[in-house]
Amino acid sequence: MADPLESLAEAPTLPRLRIRGRSFMALVVAPEFPMAAWFAALDAQMRGVGDLFGERPVVADLSATADGGTEAPLIVLDGLEARGLRLVAVEGVDPRALAGTRWARLAMNLAGREMAVEPRAASEPAPPPPSEAPSLLIDRPVRSGQSIVFEDGDVTVVGPVASGAEVLAGGSIHIYGALRGRAIAGLRTGGAGRIFCRRLEAELVGVDRLYRTSEHWGEALQGRAVQVMCDRGALRLSALD
Amino acid sequence: MSKVMVVTSGKGGVGKTTSSAALGAALAQAGQNVVVVDFDVGLRNLDLVMGAERRVVFDLVNVVQGDAKLPQALIRDKRLETLSLLPASQTRDKDALTEEGIGRVIEELRERFDWIICDSPAGIEKGATLAMRFADVAVVVTNPEVSSVRDSDRIIGMLDSKTLRAEGGERLQKHLLLTRYDPARAARGEMMKVEDVLEILAIPLLGIVAESPDVLTASNLGSPVTLHNPASPPARAYTEAARRLMGEEVAVVTPSPQRGLLSRLFGRRAAA
Repeated sequence: MADPLESLAEAPTLPRLRIRGRSFMALVVAPEFPMAAWFAALDAQMRGVGDLFGERPVVADLSATADGGTEAPLIVLDGLEARGLRLVAVEGVDPRALAGTRWARLAMNLAGREMAVEPRAASEPAPPPPSEAPSLLIDRPVRSGQSIVFEDGDVTVVGPVASGAEVLAGGSIHIYGALRGRAIAGLRTGGAGRIFCRRLEAELVGVDRLYRTSEHWGEALQGRAVQVMCDRGALRLSALD
Repeated sequence: MSKVMVVTSGKGGVGKTTSSAALGAALAQAGQNVVVVDFDVGLRNLDLVMGAERRVVFDLVNVVQGDAKLPQALIRDKRLETLSLLPASQTRDKDALTEEGIGRVIEELRERFDWIICDSPAGIEKGATLAMRFADVAVVVTNPEVSSVRDSDRIIGMLDSKTLRAEGGERLQKHLLLTRYDPARAARGEMMKVEDVLEILAIPLLGIVAESPDVLTASNLGSPVTLHNPASPPARAYTEAARRLMGEEVAVVTPSPQRGLLSRLFGRRAAA
């Protein structure tokens, strides 16, 4: 019995499982006929991703077992439990089918909102959770001695950045005011980060480990609206107006 | 409705103590009940500037630590009934102050006075942060020079983050008091212009006090300049600033250079 399952598991044409999520992040599995193949695919997927279900609650959608006889739902549930899934509910099955069995404790037909769950690809780490705030807005002056560090994305300052203040951003930096302190962009994006300011009076600007102090740019740019970017491995400052 | 007002600057020697005494006296002259509290424990000066150095028995540290009652430490000015001083200790250091103790003293002062003026020590350490901690209003004393302006900017940042009001989500009122302003040097472009300072600090202007020998004379005599020579330009500037603090609308006039022969020649040439 084990051998045919093994070979099935490695077959390239395995059916893709239908796995759907709920807003409370329970996973819904819907076993389909032929059950042996479905379980084999499940085993293969669980082997590929060490932690396919994790601690998450699982809801079993048993609609496919409706015409598989009275024992079918019970066999499927046993099979799921044997694989360590944390069953919390079933749906798509007549409650009477489970009455009197140990599965009668499971919740029936829980209400929930469907949401897409990307099936985790084997060998790839879980994608990082999306950042809650990809940009940071500061609508007051950044004072001397203050340090704004935002590694997740862009920083926008509405107001001046004082001498002795610093702004560090994972992405780009936008300053609607005079930049008199330091600004360092691209902590995360590297050379793609840029700095924009309405008036350049900065002490230092930097992008992706390249930096320049005010003595490196001439009087021509001082006090003007400027953008700072990486250009073929060098830092380039150019007037915007 | 009492107001706690911190007079602060970050940098030393810009005129915090002089301004605390002068604003305190000016408010008291306008009929307000005022106490000026010296927070510069270890380097007290306010008692000298207010001419009370020989009357200090108990001080702020004694009150904070519970060794003396507040009325024992308060010194009432001999010239102005409504003006009092709470001196600092000269023999202790700033570690003798605790936030909880200061909070208690400020609460007690609030019951007795309309204005509690906290004369902050220089720096950004404990003494300065405690002086600003309970403030409702801040007067940032700045000289028109880059180092003073940058330090003031730093202090404004701290006023916006380290005070009780800021932590409670309220914004504390901040005013800029520009002192030691030299009109002649400003006219020659040797000093930062008022507009430049205002542009950098971005807080409303409370007043401009011109550099004047009257200020030094008054300090040496132990008398706030508004009391010593009320008609002098610095005294008028402080008196007007006090009126603005009380909510009056008074236009700020930038002091202009006194016109000697040379400056007349100079001014004409500049105008031509």
